[in-house]
Amino acid sequence: MHRSLFSYIWRHSKSEQLVILGLVLLAQVFYFLSLTVPKSIVNNGISGNAFKEAAELRILQLEVPLPDFLGGHALRLFDGFNVDQLQYLVVMSFVFLVAVIINSQFKRIINTQKGRMGERMLRRLRYELYDRILRFPPAHFRKVKQAELATMIKDEVEPLGGFIGDAFVQPMFLGGQALTAIAFIMMQNVLLSVVVIVLLAVQIVIVPRLRKPVLVLGRQRQLTARLLAGRIAETADGQSEIHVHGTANYERADIAERLGHIFKIRFDLYNKKFVAKFWNNILSQATPFAIYLLGGYFAIEGHMSVGAVVGVLLAYKDLPSPIKELIDWDQQRQDVQIKYEQVIDQFQPEGMWPAELQALPEGPPPLLGHEFVLSGVTVSDDGRVKQLDGITLTVSTDTRMAVVGTANSGKDVLGQVLARITLPTGGSIKIDGQDFFQIPEAVLGARTAYVGQETYLFPLSVRDNLLFGLKHRPIAPATYDDAARALRETFWREAERAGNPALDPNADWIDYALAGATGPADLLPRMVETLKQVEFDDEIYSLGLRGAIDGNRRPDLAEKILAARKGLHGRLQDPAYAGLVEQFDPDKYNKNLSVAENLLFGTPVGRGLDGDSLAAEPYVQSVLKETGLDQDLLRMGLSIAETMVELFSDLSPDNPLFEQYSFISADELPNVRLLLQRLGGKGVETVPEADRLRLMTLPLRYIEARHRLGLIDAAMEERLLAARRAFAAHLPDSLRDAVEFYDFERYNNAATVQDNVLFGRLVYGQAQAESRVVALISQVLAELSLRDSVIEVGLEYNVGVAGKRLPATQRQKLGIARALIKRPQFMVVNEAVAVFDGRTQDRIRDNILAAAKAGRGVVWIANRPNQAESFDQVVVMQAGKIVVQGTPAELEAKGGLYCELIESA
Amino acid sequence: MNLNEEVEILKSVPLFSKVEPAKLKLIAFTGERMNYAEGQELFHQGDVGDAMYVILGGVADVLLEKQDGQIRVAEMKKNSFVGDIAILIDVPRTATIKAREPVTTLKISKVMFFQLLAEVPQMAIEIMRELAHRLEDTNQKLRETANRLEEANQKLSATTGGA
Repeated sequence: MHRSLFSYIWRHSKSEQLVILGLVLLAQVFYFLSLTVPKSIVNNGISGNAFKEAAELRILQLEVPLPDFLGGHALRLFDGFNVDQLQYLVVMSFVFLVAVIINSQFKRIINTQKGRMGERMLRRLRYELYDRILRFPPAHFRKVKQAELATMIKDEVEPLGGFIGDAFVQPMFLGGQALTAIAFIMMQNVLLSVVVIVLLAVQIVIVPRLRKPVLVLGRQRQLTARLLAGRIAETADGQSEIHVHGTANYERADIAERLGHIFKIRFDLYNKKFVAKFWNNILSQATPFAIYLLGGYFAIEGHMSVGAVVGVLLAYKDLPSPIKELIDWDQQRQDVQIKYEQVIDQFQPEGMWPAELQALPEGPPPLLGHEFVLSGVTVSDDGRVKQLDGITLTVSTDTRMAVVGTANSGKDVLGQVLARITLPTGGSIKIDGQDFFQIPEAVLGARTAYVGQETYLFPLSVRDNLLFGLKHRPIAPATYDDAARALRETFWREAERAGNPALDPNADWIDYALAGATGPADLLPRMVETLKQVEFDDEIYSLGLRGAIDGNRRPDLAEKILAARKGLHGRLQDPAYAGLVEQFDPDKYNKNLSVAENLLFGTPVGRGLDGDSLAAEPYVQSVLKETGLDQDLLRMGLSIAETMVELFSDLSPDNPLFEQYSFISADELPNVRLLLQRLGGKGVETVPEADRLRLMTLPLRYIEARHRLGLIDAAMEERLLAARRAFAAHLPDSLRDAVEFYDFERYNNAATVQDNVLFGRLVYGQAQAESRVVALISQVLAELSLRDSVIEVGLEYNVGVAGKRLPATQRQKLGIARALIKRPQFMVVNEAVAVFDGRTQDRIRDNILAAAKAGRGVVWIANRPNQAESFDQVVVMQAGKIVVQGTPAELEAKGGLYCELIESA
Repeated sequence: MNLNEEVEILKSVPLFSKVEPAKLKLIAFTGERMNYAEGQELFHQGDVGDAMYVILGGVADVLLEKQDGQIRVAEMKKNSFVGDIAILIDVPRTATIKAREPVTTLKISKVMFFQLLAEVPQMAIEIMRELAHRLEDTNQKLRETANRLEEANQKLSATTGGA
């Protein structure tokens, strides 16, 4: 990238800058007009100087002087007309108005053009910086902090956008304005103009000097702010360390120290800025002082007309601001130049990947060659400690090779080198004679796979993460309707103007062929197969059972799940399952649902009818009042309150039983006890209005089968059922979307897949009810061939930031699956199974080996030496060197380090 | 069955006989009623224990897991309690409890159990009494076994001596 911001701007916005420059020049004509016209108005229109000899004056004549070969005289375009003094005044005033309007129109157009150009350049710069991050050599990421990169691209280059529009135009425009004004003053009086120029020169020399310290401080401010961003990100990343080691206050000290420095820099900046401003103001006011004094003197002496002095003053009025802005511009120029340099310095590490290696592939990726040849490969961070020391090794791409060694043998570094995520500092790697480091990333990405000890997942769905490795190029464009397509095309044209690629993230980027599928339709079986290979299918299936689908978008699936519901309810009739599930029945009170759930008889959607807010909802209140249930709820609430006070009063407030079992929190219990004492058992009518809602809310969570307080007898059941019917019958439109009613014939979009199949509630207190019923649900789903569909639902589970919503073992399984689904020609597994228990490690190893058929190879960096027994070739490493290699049997026969390693495991 | 009926039943359990009714109600409320069909296990030997069970109805077998199968060492009837050892001394379940006929239990969590022990000294004494009974029972069995062993030895030496 160019070190100079100016050449960068000029290179990418030449033509736009020239257009704007042209506009600016044109604008000067009207600007000059807006200056001269007032002089004519004052001298001729008001003072009537031109009308002293003649009563009328011909104005607005437009003549183009013709060159001599065309006759030499002027070609008259507009004849003009004669006016008297008053008419002259009126006409010239309007001319002035028009000139002013045109002038401001020009300003508007120029500003929009400048703004667009600036934003385009900003976009280009940001894209280029990001592009560079993608091409950073791996080692560079050990030196830069991610938060600092983000701050630079996001915040630090932002002011550049504003400046870029002004980079060339502003000095031209302002300089033009200043020159016009000076030229005008000069035409009026040479002496005055000399004074003005001298005073301006003083300003131009002194003010930038005053501002120098401001720039230095500005640079410090930028650096400290960037470091602060990095430090904050560190706190977030290391939060568990901080808590575990109890060092929060040490962190506080550090941040307070930094903030103190930043404060000092900013306050100094503030001071210096205002000192500069003060002198700036004084200097700019010195000029009008000179004009008044000298101009007035000339006017009195008759050397100048009063109009001319007014004109000079007017011209001068416009002079300080361009000059000031010019000085500002210069300041800004230095400021952004520094910012720009400070940013791009961070974005040009040595050894960046050449852009060609990341070029968009045009077709399916070619196969790799047959043989890796490593000769003298050395990896060393500082030149002294060698993690790999002159490795010479031939690895065929269809090998089944295990690498064993102790923890610091360098085996893991060898794995990273084969995946090109650690670059050798010496030696060469060739594939069939071709330089390994010249192979395009997309080819490596498609044909090789690497899984390390830790897997980074993007905060997307499991599915998106699983298919991540298949997205090397758009396979099929996205489909748009005409209007959307037109919009997209404008969007892409604009992207290209700003040097961004016109790539569409909405296109289908999934390389189905690579995954062994023909298209979206048969991808699912491949995904399921891959999940099975890493034993992740059952877990995704459970996520699917707990996931939800939108029945309107997947009517086919919803239909099938309804079939499963019917199937399940048929099975539950079997006496073996008797009494395990209480089905939802619109005409029966469900003892295993809470009172609120019984009233709603549906799943609340959103907040309106959710949980404790139910009783406060106006419609619900009206239903309760109409059915008289409000008094019942109050009575139940009172009864629950009494029981809670009786049961929990003796317990200390921090007793865990409170949180687990009490309807009333430990903090609230004393208040409730006071309330009950005040009531003195006098019944519900005496409950004060303020406490009614709270008491009515208590029974909403009450589940008869679980809490067993005997509050709901047959009669109460009937009353609650009546309220349930009344609630549904008059539900206002505003609440129609706030609840999904239980309906045996309809799919419930708000409930999980499992709850949809179950359509009921497990009965409390039945041993193993849950496991047995869930097993039965799975059996029914499997019989309807819905297992894969449920897995598909589970695949939509969002894994969270860095995959943190999945446990470490699942993250790792997903990482291996992501590699396997590509059916890589050559796969490096770098101690990737270490998080699993021993048996799982072996099973996954066997699955990976079984999947690598027909010319596909696996290099297995073993976390346990005895894993090597299943491989054809074993390489034994020690201290960055290969000690011995051969088949497991050969090595075993030889004894030595291999046997030692196996024995010590 | 509602809470008050449960409290009535708990009153007749010797372990709780000295516990005041308000506490019994708390036990019943925080305890979970669990029903087991014939053949279902309350817990399995070797499991981690987090609760004890008071048998409110039915009969359960106490089984020891051996390599060649289970042997029945005792039976638990109404009003007896099981699972206390695992939560008292934090060891895995020492035996398997299996319902011989439909069994109803009250499952009392570890937290609640210790809460009760702290607040109701009489209950601790009941637990001690029960544990002492079980120890005595075990000792008794040990004596019988030792006697049988001795008899067998005598017989053996008698037969070898006679040969």
